[in-house]
Order: sequence, then structure tokens, then C-alpha cells
Amino acid sequence: MAETNPNPQPVADGLLKTPTGIKGLDEITGGGLPQGRPTLVCGGTGCGKTLLAMEFLVRGAMQFDEPGVFMSFEEKSGELSKNFASLGFDLNELVGQNKLAIDYVHIEPSEIEETGEYDLEGLIIRLGYAIDTLGAKRVALDTIEALFSGLSNEATLRSELRRLFRFLKDKGVTAIVTGEQGERTFTRFGLEEYVADCVIFLNHTVSQQIATRRMRVVKYRGSAHGTNEYPFLIDRQGFSVMPISSLGLDHPASSERIPTGIPRLDVMLGGKGYYRGSSILVTGTAGAGKTSMAAHFVDAACMRGERCLYFAFEESQNQIIRNMNSIGFDLGQWVDQGLLQFHNSRATLYGLEMHLVAMHRAIDGFKPGIVVIDPISDLVAAATEDEVKSMLCRMIDYLKMQQITALCTELTSTGAILGWTEVGISSLMDAWLLLQIMETGGERNRGLYLLKSRGMAHSNQVREFILTDEGVQLRDVYIGPGGVLTGSARDAQEARDKAESLDGQQEIERKRREIERKKTAIEAQITVLHTQFEAEKDDLDRLIAKEKQRGETLALDNRAMAKGRQADELTGPQ
Amino acid sequence: MTNVENSKMTNKTTTGEEKWLLRLYVAGQTPRAITAFANLKKICEEYLDGSYQIEVIDLLVNPALAKDDQILALPTLVRKLPEPVKKIIGDLSNTERVLVGLDIRPII
Repeated sequence: MAETNPNPQPVADGLLKTPTGIKGLDEITGGGLPQGRPTLVCGGTGCGKTLLAMEFLVRGAMQFDEPGVFMSFEEKSGELSKNFASLGFDLNELVGQNKLAIDYVHIEPSEIEETGEYDLEGLIIRLGYAIDTLGAKRVALDTIEALFSGLSNEATLRSELRRLFRFLKDKGVTAIVTGEQGERTFTRFGLEEYVADCVIFLNHTVSQQIATRRMRVVKYRGSAHGTNEYPFLIDRQGFSVMPISSLGLDHPASSERIPTGIPRLDVMLGGKGYYRGSSILVTGTAGAGKTSMAAHFVDAACMRGERCLYFAFEESQNQIIRNMNSIGFDLGQWVDQGLLQFHNSRATLYGLEMHLVAMHRAIDGFKPGIVVIDPISDLVAAATEDEVKSMLCRMIDYLKMQQITALCTELTSTGAILGWTEVGISSLMDAWLLLQIMETGGERNRGLYLLKSRGMAHSNQVREFILTDEGVQLRDVYIGPGGVLTGSARDAQEARDKAESLDGQQEIERKRREIERKKTAIEAQITVLHTQFEAEKDDLDRLIAKEKQRGETLALDNRAMAKGRQADELTGPQ
Repeated sequence: MTNVENSKMTNKTTTGEEKWLLRLYVAGQTPRAITAFANLKKICEEYLDGSYQIEVIDLLVNPALAKDDQILALPTLVRKLPEPVKKIIGDLSNTERVLVGLDIRPII
């Protein structure tokens, strides 16, 4: 609900606006409806004209303290009270407080005989009296075209209608005039001719059996306004328009990182996990473990004390809690602690816009740090791909503005092209985690890899993961001849590797011993040689000594002989 | 301003013993209101001479009364009695339509 602002918001050109208090409508019109002027609300049957008119009055009375007069040409006041009670508006109470007057104008052609000239002064007096009694600032005429079916003199009617609108302007009331959609004109009886200041067109289309309501501001004299068709919703809290597509790409970007809940996956994401406020897409075929990934993320967030909102389109809350119990998560405790909230609904329950608004409401109410949408591919059942894309785009923009981290899962069909998503929203996503079933050797094993992760270094490896009692666990990488080995092939490779490494160690040991042996042998040989050498050296020494002795002895003998012969001194060598 | 016109002439009754209660809504003394009143008076004199009663209600004086009789157009003539209630709008210049509207059978 918009903030209470009793003063109309002046805009640059001085045109005063009356805030409607209707969520979204004031944003599209830049502050509300033109003050003191009539606004035409037109559209087909059941598109919400009466509701818009009534909510304008009710919110005016409740939020802006501006009493209103509702002049109904179709429904009796009792019927209106009953109808609006279902939307949470207590009209009788407002009437009792003199904040609202409902005047039912009964027109029954068969009861009226026209005899000559007349005017609609009676109607104007009634309206004027009601306005004066309440001091009303707002008026709704629903739908004044009933006059055309009740009275036959169209020329008189037209001139009188012009007078009526002039009267409303003179009174200074902000009025909503409703009109049934015509075949080629906005209204069947050309009311747009009289109410030229602001025209709002409501549309209610059914595509693929699901109805979507849209609103467009066709004309707003003297003011800029959103020109798109904005989806809107009617539910228990009344009217809400979603002007989300008007948001620019200027959302804040946090550099805070939040863990994925799987430590080894964090490592793959630069060691820290996702960015806060980013949008993460987890795609995978059936049974690839998308919900388990989401549960991990949610569990980790709740453990940190963050609030999580889980939109489930396929499973009930109890089913998710039970299933996640099997991999070791007790999500029930977070629900009990109020940290986790589930919103379970079938995608086909209502149109996309309704989903969008319902999600908005839930997010606004719960204020989570993390939102999980599981799975977004189901939304395609409710609309076409383009619409889903546009809806998700607006949803993600909104979440980014709020700095809410979004994890969306998406089911892809087996054999789909890589990098192609069912909904075609991959470009909107900041991180894309792809879960894959790898079929090798008669087994199906789960693998994951990061297809992209904006703004961070991330692993390029395909990793196998298994679902254990303690959740998702990433395994070591084994690369075989045919790529990454998974399942029992990986187990076999692991065993083979172990055996091989054992073999290698034994071989080294053996070699070492051999060297040792060789060394011993050589050392022994060295000793032998050394001994031999010593022995030979001894022999040689002895020989030398012997020879020397023999020489000396010979010389001595010679001298002795010479002495005997009385010979002169020998000069030669001895 | 509420004028009550009574006529006590009871001869030549054409509509049985019913008491006619007619209420004419106007907004001020406009020429159209005066014309309507004059036309009504004439018709009543001619066809209802006897038990009829005309109330003229000026909405400028009593605007709250407009809601009760579901008045949109002015002038409006409401036949309160005999039942059912019937409404005739306009200045009552088309006498035949007024007679049809009031369900008065003309004398043959």
C-alpha cells in the first residue's frame, strides 16, 4: 500500500494530481489522476472498471481523508457492498462514517415514458446534493452509459452529459467515469468525447486458457505517463498494477559474496560463492539435483540467519521438506523458526501476472534475503515464452533492486542444446550452474559445471557430484581417456591409480636395494684389489731392497779383490 | 415548495373509484416546469376529473427527495397511486404518451 500522502502531488506544469492509492497506478500516472477533472476508465465486461472506480473512492476515504460519492447505474448499493466485502472493503462502515455515499440510479426503460422535452437536472441535483452532504472530493459514475439504454433522446443526453461533466469540473471533484468498450471506439457511446483529460483503458485477454488483465493510460492531458500496457491484478487486497518494466538498469551491485552451501562449489566460484543480489540459474534435466542444490543454498542461508522465500511450482511444502530430509536437510526447523517460507502453487493456477504480483506481495511481506523459484520452466505452462521472459525480467529486476539473491531452477529436456534454456532467460542471469546427467558405462551419473559466472574467476571443470546423507558432495576430478570419469568408472580408476602407485613404490624400493647391493659388491671388490696391490707392492719393495743389497755386496767384494792385487783405485762404477 | 392541488369534482369518473396521486418533480420555475405543470393540469382536468391529487416537488428546495423516487430527468411525473408506480419524463406536451404512461383509458 502506498504511503499516506494527503496532499496531491504538484508536477512541473502545475497540474495537480489526486493520488489513487492504488498500487502501481500512481507510478504510471506520475502521481495520480488529474485533480478536479473527470477521468474515463473504459474496457470490456468484467475487466475491473467498477472495482477501479470504487477502490479510488475507498482509498481516498481511508488513506487521504477525501470522501467520495459512488453513483452506480448498474448495481444496487447492497450488491456493491457484498461484492466489495469479498475484496476486503467494508463499504457499509465507510458509509456509516459519512466518508462514502453510494447512490444507486435505477433506470428501467419500461417504467419510463418520455413525453416531450426534458433534461438531466434531476441527476445533477442528486449528485450535487450527495457531494455537498459529504463534502466529497471524489466521484465515480459507474457506468453512465446506462442512460443511453434507458433514455431514447440521444441528442438531449449528449448535451446533458456535457453539462454533467462541466458540473463535475465546477464542483472541483476528481471523478472516474466508467464506460463499456465499443467496437471501434474506446466507449460504446463515445464518452471519450466528453472526458478528454485522462483516459485509462482496461483489457482482459485470455490466452492459453489463462486470463491476464492489462491496463493502459491512453491519454493524460498535460502530464507525462507510462504508455505501456501494464498488467494488473485484482485479488483480496484490491487492485494492483505492475509498472515494473519501467525500471531502468540501475540497480546496485554488491560485491558481498554468499556461500552456495557446498564448500567445493564455492571453491569453483572463486572460493567465495555467488554475489549477493545476483541471479543464479540452475538448469538440469529431470532428477539432476536442482532442488537439492536449491535446498543447500537455502539451508546455508537459514543457518546464517537469513530469510528465504521458496516459490515452488511443482512440489508441496511437505514434500520438499520430506525429500530434502533424505539428503540430510531439516528445512522444517527453518520454517518453524520463521526463516523459511514456502509458497506453493501450480503454475497454471493463474496467469503469469498474477504469479508476478503474488510473488511481489510475498516478497514485500516477508522481506527475504534469498528467493528460490523452483522451477521457472513451469511458468511456460501459464503463458508463452516471450511473456515468461518478460515476466522474469521484471521479477529479476525487482529482486536486484531489493538486493535479493535469486536462485531459479529450470528443467531442460534431455538432449537439449547446451547454452539454451527453455525460457530463454540465460542472458538475464549472472551465474549459470548446469547440472547434467552423464551416461557412461551403463550408468547415469550427476555432473555439474559453471556455464557462466559474471564478475568472478570460476572453474571450468566438469565436476561429478553425488547426493549423500550429508547433501551434495563434489568428487575429485578423474580424467580418463574419454573425458571426465564418473561413477564406477571413476571408482575403478581410483582403485587402479592406487594399485599403480603401490606398484611404483615397490619398484623404487627394489631398485634402492639393488643399488645397495651393487655398492656392497663394488666395495668388496675394491678391498680385494687393494689387498692385491698391497701384496704386489710389498713384493716389489722386497725385490728392490734385495737388489740394492746385492749391488753393495758386489762393490765391497770388488774392492776387497783390488786391495788384494794392489791395484789402483777403481774409478768405474762399482 | 410543495404544492398540493386537489380537485373535488367527482362527476364523470372515467377511471373507477381509484384515487390518483401524482407527483411532479421540477427544479425551479423553469419554463419547462411551468409547461409541464400546465399540461398535467389540463390532462387531469380532462381525464381524471375527480379524485386526483398533484404534488409538485421542487428539487432545488428538497434535493434529498430526488433519490427516493429515482429521479434523473426533469421534469418527471410519478404516478404514486394507483400502483404500480409509473414515471413519465418530459414536459408532458405529448398528451397521448402521457395517457399511455399514466395508463388512463380515454373515453370512447
